[in-house]
Amino acid sequence: MSNGRDIAILGVGMHPWGKWGHDFTEYGMVAARAALADAQVQWKDIQYVAGADTIRNGYPGFVAGATFAQKLGWNGARVSSSYAACASGAMALDSARAQILAGFCDVALVIGADTTPKGFFAPVGGGDRKHDPDWQRFHVLGATNPVYFALFARRRMDMYGATAEDFAQVKVKNSRHGLNNPNARFRKENVIADVLNSPIVSDPLRLLDICATSDGAAAMVVCSMDFARKHLGNTDGLCRVKAVGTVAPTYPQSVLELPDIASDSTAVVPAPARKWKDTIAFAAYEQAGIGPDDIDLAEVYDLSTALELDWYEHIGLCAEGEAEGLLRSGATTIGGRVPVNASGGLACFGEAIPAQAISQVCELVWQLRGQATGRQVEGARVGITANQGLFGHGSSVIVAR
Amino acid sequence: MSETLSRVPIIDGWFTDDIDAPTLIGAKCSQCGTFVFPPRSGDCPNPNCDSVTLDPTPLSRFGRIWSYTENCYAPPLPYVAAEPYEPYALAAVELAAEGLVVLGRVATGIRAADLKVGMEMQLELDVSHRDADHEYMVYVWAPATPGSEATQ
Repeated sequence: MSNGRDIAILGVGMHPWGKWGHDFTEYGMVAARAALADAQVQWKDIQYVAGADTIRNGYPGFVAGATFAQKLGWNGARVSSSYAACASGAMALDSARAQILAGFCDVALVIGADTTPKGFFAPVGGGDRKHDPDWQRFHVLGATNPVYFALFARRRMDMYGATAEDFAQVKVKNSRHGLNNPNARFRKENVIADVLNSPIVSDPLRLLDICATSDGAAAMVVCSMDFARKHLGNTDGLCRVKAVGTVAPTYPQSVLELPDIASDSTAVVPAPARKWKDTIAFAAYEQAGIGPDDIDLAEVYDLSTALELDWYEHIGLCAEGEAEGLLRSGATTIGGRVPVNASGGLACFGEAIPAQAISQVCELVWQLRGQATGRQVEGARVGITANQGLFGHGSSVIVAR
Repeated sequence: MSETLSRVPIIDGWFTDDIDAPTLIGAKCSQCGTFVFPPRSGDCPNPNCDSVTLDPTPLSRFGRIWSYTENCYAPPLPYVAAEPYEPYALAAVELAAEGLVVLGRVATGIRAADLKVGMEMQLELDVSHRDADHEYMVYVWAPATPGSEATQ
């Protein structure tokens, strides 16, 4: 299974997710050292550092690639820094992949780390910025991120008959998946009543339906197949990146997405047949030359429990309106046909924005290598990730071995 | 109290101040005719159109709920929350003629339990918050009055 555009994942590493408020680079260094050790590659041999940015930690966060190159000790490697909100990590991987496939470098470090404040995310930077749509949505509407999660959740209820119990079941499933994941922040088994007894934040979503914000870091070492062959003697059983879909919407973006105040107009140009979030994974499938039936497991962005159900449909595991049925059948639980969020997902991690998309890929690598102790999807060969960031940043990565 | 306060919009140029029949102010491309909200000048968002002129235009006062929610906790600044905080609903409303879905607060007193996807809504104005000199007005969605053009 090779289309001549594979790159190899030599090593992965993470700093556990939590809430400590330390300098984000501390977490990143732990993840970087772990990925380098896993890859058995020396830092001095890394030729390119692709950093995923954090925008809540000052200037070093905006230039994450340089920040980590300096912290590891300037070694002459070129650097890039990517910001694509929640998709930043995938954009960083995409940057490293393009450099490798173009022949501009052989081996790269991809890294993201974050420290997050407590509570709701609010607009970054102070003052009245009346032309900033992020400021506008908070000031004029009070439209927090969970408001948007809730709009999608309510639509599932009114259109497809989803229930609060269905949403709670996603949390229950993920809490069991993540119970033994050493990098997960929340490792407590939840039952339906825990979710249903937690306070409503944005109706119909309750506190335990919505992911927390976390500190954490993830990193990986990726390289050309030639480099991998020289480094290891052969490429047997190596995890390969088969696709990175980083997809922006096509006009008109007819679905109201975070953080927009209104959709695009469908008055002149009709809505595309395949809407934006449906195009994200399909771009990746197209690159990899496979389809949803080939997938053994998926890591999707469960910013809320209900959004996990949306993703089942967006990545083609079932048709629109059928996600509740797929969940209830047990297909997306470990042991089922296509386990989703075997890591425990954001439900067990909380979101560390620039690290999150990288951590999804780390999980696929551990699963495909058979190293996901306590949460192993048996015989997994192909996995997909999917996530979505503010302002039209979608990403999906396919990893196979 | 409110007679002494000057009534101002929470944000400039997004809606008219006609208290009985307010409308949102969007923008319309002078060339291809597509719509934009919030209003802005300059380039048309339609990639098939090279117009650089968007003109202000009133939008339909009526539409149907695409989805809705309720904020049970006060949003952070720059939202100005009342003390004590009262939960309020938000609705994304689909305007048929413009093909837009517009997010707005829902009128005071109407809660999520009162709403449903597909429900007919109309635009109204409501007080967002007050300071020493001003009463800040915001557009809100409210269930459409029976017999209004929304129900036709």
